[in-house]
Amino acid sequence: MAKILIPTPLRQFAEKNNSVAVDATTVGEALASLTTQFPDLRKNLFNDEGKLRSFVNVYVNDEDIRYLQKDATAVGDGDTISIVPSIAGGRC
Amino acid sequence: MLTQEEVSRYSRHLIMPEVGVDGQEKLKAAKVLLIGTGGLGAPVAMYLAAAGVGTIGLVDFDVVDVSNLQRQVIHGTKDIGKKKIDSAEETMRDINPLIKIVKHEVALTSENALAIMCNYDIIADGTDNFPTRFLINDACVMLNKPNVYASIFRFEGQATIFAAEGGPCYRCLYPEPPPPGLVPSCAEGGVLGILPGVVGLIQATEVVKLILGAGEPLIGRLMLYDALAMRFRELKLRKNPECICSTGDMKLIDYDHFCGIQKPEPPPLVGEISPKDVKTMIESRQDFILIDVREPHEFQIGRIPTSNLIPLGELPKRIAELDPNAHYVLHCKMGGRSAKGCDVLRAAGFKRVFNMTGGITAWSEQVDPTVPKY
Ligand SMILES: [Zn+2]
Repeated sequence: MAKILIPTPLRQFAEKNNSVAVDATTVGEALASLTTQFPDLRKNLFNDEGKLRSFVNVYVNDEDIRYLQKDATAVGDGDTISIVPSIAGGRC
Repeated sequence: MLTQEEVSRYSRHLIMPEVGVDGQEKLKAAKVLLIGTGGLGAPVAMYLAAAGVGTIGLVDFDVVDVSNLQRQVIHGTKDIGKKKIDSAEETMRDINPLIKIVKHEVALTSENALAIMCNYDIIADGTDNFPTRFLINDACVMLNKPNVYASIFRFEGQATIFAAEGGPCYRCLYPEPPPPGLVPSCAEGGVLGILPGVVGLIQATEVVKLILGAGEPLIGRLMLYDALAMRFRELKLRKNPECICSTGDMKLIDYDHFCGIQKPEPPPLVGEISPKDVKTMIESRQDFILIDVREPHEFQIGRIPTSNLIPLGELPKRIAELDPNAHYVLHCKMGGRSAKGCDVLRAAGFKRVFNMTGGITAWSEQVDPTVPKY
């Protein structure tokens, strides 16, 4: 099982979970499993063509999947998948 | 050289080998621009002032509201209704009267960003919206200045340094902003009052380290802080070779438009057309003729590439060259002469004649800032 960390802004779409364990061998499978479990997350993570939105990055442990094998990046027991969306707050 | 007063004030720095007199003189010589004097800007401004950063610029146009005081500790109850930069300056002067504070009471825009930012060594982004964050990033990349970045949401923060020599920029991490409404703002989502204190001081720490050249700067690493879990995590940030910071295809754009924010546009005057609409017509290859009615020497200063030069004075005698059934847009420098030109054509029976509002000056401001204003 890999662990997916859900960032604060997206927890509202994941029944307030901050992490979800998924059975998957790749990042693509892990995210598919996550969005099947929480369909409201889908539009926040993927665009209409089903591609990961460009203001959301996905990391396996501390590495950006864009520099690994993207969706096909292998994950296994003990791996942590982080979803890192851009947040703008600061002056507020 | 440090004065006696400065030696006394900064003695706890001076006795540390990592700072010392040399480091304190570097701090004194440094010029740091803080964009936003809210949650993040407050602690950054106070601590950098205390540390003796010689010149601190502040950019803000807001006034202090009672709802700010839960986290913006540079402002007090007595400051409600005051301009934030005035209130911030007052607190900073009280902390340290020996430094220079420069106030920029403006909203940072594509038009003023480079002129303001070029006077500083380091930029600290403490703003609260995507258009300004992309603007600051792009301007920092263009000016080759490090952007000490932080952002906060509820009880989570992110911090890193963008646009440092050889390091990634904000667009390497996020090429595009989220569409409006998809990511809630602090005003909608709330923020733990203490959070900007912790995250802002990570920013301040990185600013001081950059000035001193000490330690390992937070470049190529994204620090994530979760206050509830009290956990710091670090992710790798890489310079994306496809990013415009690597390809060099960098210019300041309309960031509200880029971030999908609609600005209410005034209704167009009859027979008038905005520079943006003209740009759209050019890009979509619409069939129309763009006539520049300025003088040849003005045309040489800067022009719209698809335009045809017919100075206003020559227009009546050259009217025979023009097809009365074609679609025309006329422009000059500001819109006055081209309005007269439109009247000339309409009087000759031309039906589809439009004046580009604001002339090439407005074109430069709204469409293509590389066209010089004169
Ligand atoms: Zn970049």
